[in-house]
Amino acid sequence: MARRSSSGLTDKVEINMTPMIDVVFQLMSFFMCTLKVVSPEGDFDIRMPIAAAAAAAPDDQQIPPVRVKLSAAPDGSLAAIAMNGTPVADFDELRKRIIGLVGADSGPNSLAEKTEVEFDADYALKYANVVKAITAVSGKVENGQVVELIRKIKFTPPKKG
Amino acid sequence: MAKRSGGPSNTEIDMTPMIDMTFQLITFFMFVMNFSEAEQDDRIQLPSSQLAKPADGVIEKPITLQLTNAGSVIYAGELVAVRDIGAYLEREKTLMIDENREPNSATIIVRADGRAKTGEVQDIIRICQEKGFERFALRAQYDDRR
Repeated sequence: MARRSSSGLTDKVEINMTPMIDVVFQLMSFFMCTLKVVSPEGDFDIRMPIAAAAAAAPDDQQIPPVRVKLSAAPDGSLAAIAMNGTPVADFDELRKRIIGLVGADSGPNSLAEKTEVEFDADYALKYANVVKAITAVSGKVENGQVVELIRKIKFTPPKKG
Repeated sequence: MAKRSGGPSNTEIDMTPMIDMTFQLITFFMFVMNFSEAEQDDRIQLPSSQLAKPADGVIEKPITLQLTNAGSVIYAGELVAVRDIGAYLEREKTLMIDENREPNSATIIVRADGRAKTGEVQDIIRICQEKGFERFALRAQYDDRR
């Protein structure tokens, strides 16, 4: 709607802002309501075909898997860790043992790439402990950079009780 | 800024800063809006890990199985007992075969609660293996603490 100013020298056009502000507020309400806070999540990729146990026949070229036993206390918390039958104090020590076994090099064709870790966890163990163990064997964070270690991970079949 | 007209007093509010602010807010919400259809259920408290960095690529047509603290599975929004997921996976497998896709090419995302029993996660993996699935992604919350 145009309105002629009283001076008559300049024309001042006044735009009706109401519909635009209505639409803008509706848009804002829509975006605010549909906003979903998504926390960053990541994956540990595991390839575990059912025939793996049968296919893993003794082979000269194949490195035997590293067995990590995670024992549970009656309340489901972690009671003990053992690597190839030897007790390990905590997950940091487990990582050091893995580095001692496969070396720090994790490039193509390295020992770390070929080695497989098999987790044997008690049925009642809280899953968070398994994720900590997988984190310990699969790498570490150094100066903000992820240094990969073991990539092949598998689990023993579940056993009740 | 008030302007006195010849007739009754007419107060004009300067709308420019408000409109500027509103547009900035809209821009902000548009940028933070997430269009991904990642299944995240509030009932699951994922275990955290420094190495669980968000993947660069998107997993194509994954099957998400979420294990609650109480030991039941949330599949496609509904609660299912662990032993019953086989039937649902069978249906997924049939659909995949109809689309000329092999079950072993599909990824099963396991979003298990950190307080759940490891044996139940292993049970889920075993049932999936029996149905021909072999790629698994164990999901954890990214923990950026140094």
